Amino acid sequence: MTPSLQVFLIVSAAVFSIGLLAALSRRHAIFILIGIEMMLAAANLNFIAFWRFNPQPKQPIGVMIALFAIAIAAAEAAVGLALVIAVYRHYRTTNVDQLDQLKG
Amino acid sequence: MNGLAFILIAIVTVAAALAAATLRSLMHAALSFAVALVGIAAFFFLLGAEFVGLALVFIYIGAVAVLIVFTILLTRRDVGKTRGFKWGGAIVAAAVFGGLIWSILKTQSLAIVAPHMPGLTVKQIGATLMTTYVWPLLCVGVLLTAALIGALILVIEEKR
Repeated sequence: MTPSLQVFLIVSAAVFSIGLLAALSRRHAIFILIGIEMMLAAANLNFIAFWRFNPQPKQPIGVMIALFAIAIAAAEAAVGLALVIAVYRHYRTTNVDQLDQLKG
Repeated sequence: MNGLAFILIAIVTVAAALAAATLRSLMHAALSFAVALVGIAAFFFLLGAEFVGLALVFIYIGAVAVLIVFTILLTRRDVGKTRGFKWGGAIVAAAVFGGLIWSILKTQSLAIVAPHMPGLTVKQIGATLMTTYVWPLLCVGVLLTAALIGALILVIEEKR
């Protein structure tokens, strides 16, 4: 049995939904970042799968987009974790529910 | 492409992702996240994008996962206190998953098998990166520099 494009997309959708679950339902800031990173990785899997199943692949467009997405995800992770550390220093907590100083 | 390898990698990836999203201990969740990323990289190898798979292993597992572990260790005093779990997020995630699966299974043009393709060499990737995509490449370089300087400024100790 050779896997078709659909099963790759289904696995990618599963990983994306699990990342969304982690980002929406956990209250710890680092869990939210892990969820966002998982969603980005699932999107990359979609790009690579669509590139591979393209009937006439001329340029490696999907590979390029995945490479750029990985680089931007790395920058996002660095800034996000620095924010977590800065918030922890200031408030002594990383629970996003307690960071409500700007709430009206 | 091998069906058995696909099923094994899919099981490992989804199980590790679920563990990363639901485990209580933050450290265990971070390590499960690394395992899930290994699974994604294995999918890239299966799809013939070896360079991107290697880049994923280097950047995500070598840098991002280690960074997450360091952050957990630096903010560890807080870990025991945050046990909250919102079920609204689970409902939204399940709805998104259902919608995606429904649309994927309904689209008939997605049920295709991979065409035969010559392997993608690193030389080809480098040539494309340095000709067609040279401006995005430079922009990503500037973005990474700015992001890393910003991260440094954020975590620098304030003078009292």
